[in-house]
Amino acid sequence: MGSTQLPPGTEDTLAATSAAAAAPGEPVEMVQLLGPDGKLGSDPVFSDYAKRIDPEKLRVFYTDMARIRRFDQEATALQRQGELALWVPLTGQEAAQIGSGHASQPQDYIFPTYREHGVALVRNVDLAELLKQFRGVSNGGWDPRENNFHLYTLVLAAQTLHAVGYAMGIQRDQKLAAATDSTDPKAAVIAYFGDGASSEGDVHESMVFAASYDAPVVFFCQNNHWAISVPTEVQTKVPLANRAKGYGFPGIRVDGNDVIAVHAVTEWALEHAREGRGPVLIEAYTYRVGAHTTADDPTKYRESAEEAAWREKDPLDRLESYLRAEGLADEAFFDQVKADGDELAKYVRSTTHGLEVPDIRDAFASVYAEQHPLIAEELAWFEEYSAGFESDEETAH
Amino acid sequence: MVTMTIAKAINEGLRASLTNNPKSLLMGEDIGHLGGVYRVTDGLIKEFGDERVLDTPLAESGIVGTAIGLALRGYLPVCEIQFDGFVYPAFNQITTQLAKIHARSLGKLTVPVVIRIPYGGGIGSIEHHSESPEALFAHTAGLRIISPSNAHDAYWMIQKAIECQDPVIFFEPKRRYWLKGEVDVENAGLSEDPFKAHVVREGTDATIVAYGPLVPVALAAANAATEDGRSIEVIDLRSISPLDFDTVEASVKKTGRLIIAHEAPTFGGIGGEIAARISERAFLHLEAPVIRVGGFHMPYPVAKVEEDYLPDIDKILEALDRSLAY
Ligand SMILES: Cc1ncc(C[n+]2csc(CCOP(=O)(O)OP(=O)(O)O)c2C)c(N)n1
Repeated sequence: MGSTQLPPGTEDTLAATSAAAAAPGEPVEMVQLLGPDGKLGSDPVFSDYAKRIDPEKLRVFYTDMARIRRFDQEATALQRQGELALWVPLTGQEAAQIGSGHASQPQDYIFPTYREHGVALVRNVDLAELLKQFRGVSNGGWDPRENNFHLYTLVLAAQTLHAVGYAMGIQRDQKLAAATDSTDPKAAVIAYFGDGASSEGDVHESMVFAASYDAPVVFFCQNNHWAISVPTEVQTKVPLANRAKGYGFPGIRVDGNDVIAVHAVTEWALEHAREGRGPVLIEAYTYRVGAHTTADDPTKYRESAEEAAWREKDPLDRLESYLRAEGLADEAFFDQVKADGDELAKYVRSTTHGLEVPDIRDAFASVYAEQHPLIAEELAWFEEYSAGFESDEETAH
Repeated sequence: MVTMTIAKAINEGLRASLTNNPKSLLMGEDIGHLGGVYRVTDGLIKEFGDERVLDTPLAESGIVGTAIGLALRGYLPVCEIQFDGFVYPAFNQITTQLAKIHARSLGKLTVPVVIRIPYGGGIGSIEHHSESPEALFAHTAGLRIISPSNAHDAYWMIQKAIECQDPVIFFEPKRRYWLKGEVDVENAGLSEDPFKAHVVREGTDATIVAYGPLVPVALAAANAATEDGRSIEVIDLRSISPLDFDTVEASVKKTGRLIIAHEAPTFGGIGGEIAARISERAFLHLEAPVIRVGGFHMPYPVAKVEEDYLPDIDKILEALDRSLAY
């Protein structure tokens, strides 16, 4: 079974944070470094990881969170204007995504679900390409291998298994690399999913496989409290982080609105995985402030007071307070961030219109990797059929 | 030429692939030390170790889903689903993920996963151990579906399936596992392309199309028909997707009559697809309606009555009589 061997000094913290020692139903402590008041606290293990984040990096965190929030607003507007078929907003979850994304290294492979626009940004996915799926011009939109960022997966939880299999592949590659004295950096995988998806059988099976094979995978669950209209309590009787114990690996709940803590915890977890110590489950405790998608109406199922309470914990506001209080960023910086955001929004707006509608012939071309007579036959029929219209047009002229 | 059973031929084919492709690996329930419930993977763990032959946790979605991840990382996973009736927990991964990843990535990603499924009835088994779900998968674009009917094909087709860049569902006719035949391990011959049909018996009066477990039944029916002075052509389809309509069409143009036999329920089955295509392609060559011989529209029945359910020589001969009566 997966060893839960921890780096020196982490046992105590994990006993507290992962409920490795607590009964499954008991509340779990939450790792938090930057509180809603914008003050930096400490943690016996993760403060060491937080110390690696220099002021420049903090400013990057802030910039990226602000950029992706601005992008989110723009995409929502584009949907309202009929430019996108649907949009899946991330507002409220910026810290969970920017913090975890920045903890990954280029050789790590990411399996997102469908809301990880912030992670996509960090992984250098062109955000215009990311909109292709929502505009209905692609079922993907980017080359997953370019930035080791997989396509979005709309079937809940399916990607958690792909992540574990991919991690098993990395494990094998690392063994081969060790045998050949390769200097390739060690890699791990992050699988993103939601609290609702955690009820799907595939999440269970992925955790069983990950534990059994000690796969280098970090399960990153964004508990944003709602699966469309259904609250987390309907998905689980125990804090999600506590489930890891049942599989035999560490589970940590982190304040998902605290970008510093998310980064620290994810960095620790990825190191744990890359070093061959097995999987980790991170539950980022956060909140989906807006609607589930642009087709959703949250007023039908939740109190606005709940939303308001979570707005008090806003991930951007608290980092801004901290940066200002510590003198790590001045007004000019925040002005620049705002200008950057507007620039990004402008880029997205202009590129969306230009996203090319593909030719259905492209779809014929990629159903199979190798020649397939039925595809050839149907394409030939389509060509002939289309050509019929062209000659009709000619005769009409 | 060596003589071996179909089970042994698949075993040898897997051995050859494990030897030739260092990235290939087998995964499934009980396939390691036990060698699989049908012993198809017998001895392979000893030879290749538990990194190449994995006794997985008991989770079909997990097996296929992790195989997809391994394939994305450049490996060539061959999954065993223990029995036909237990593939359904993996149905989601196969149809919504495995089949579509190449298309969704516009060809940038390939998922060369092979899924081996022992299928079909005739062995007196209990519920969920005798089903023929091939049509469920054939309807899904992005998958290839093949089924060997003899040892030589089995040996080569499994290797070609593993080499194929597309996902392949490899249906093994479990009631023929112990059928012996000659295998030419040097020369694949017609098996070079596992997606092409073979004319296994030439004839001029009617064509019988079958695949997997029913090929020997179709041949026996054709032999029986010669006693009535009939010359019957038999086609072993081998591949259900893609389906080699050209070979079937050429045969029908010669014989004018077509019977299709499969164990799966007739309704919504592969036979209907063949009948429709042939009526489109060779309508004026048909002397009689295309006739299907298949299972009833019911859950696979209890073993004690499965003989009444399964297509057999008599049912095929009855269909032939009907066809020839036109
Ligand atoms: C297998 C499956 N069932 C249902 C859906 C429809 N659906 C899309 S999102 C969603 C809620 C998901 O909630 P959660 O996992 O918490 O993620 P969130 O969207 O809140 O980030 C549902 C039911 C789906 N996409 N896939």
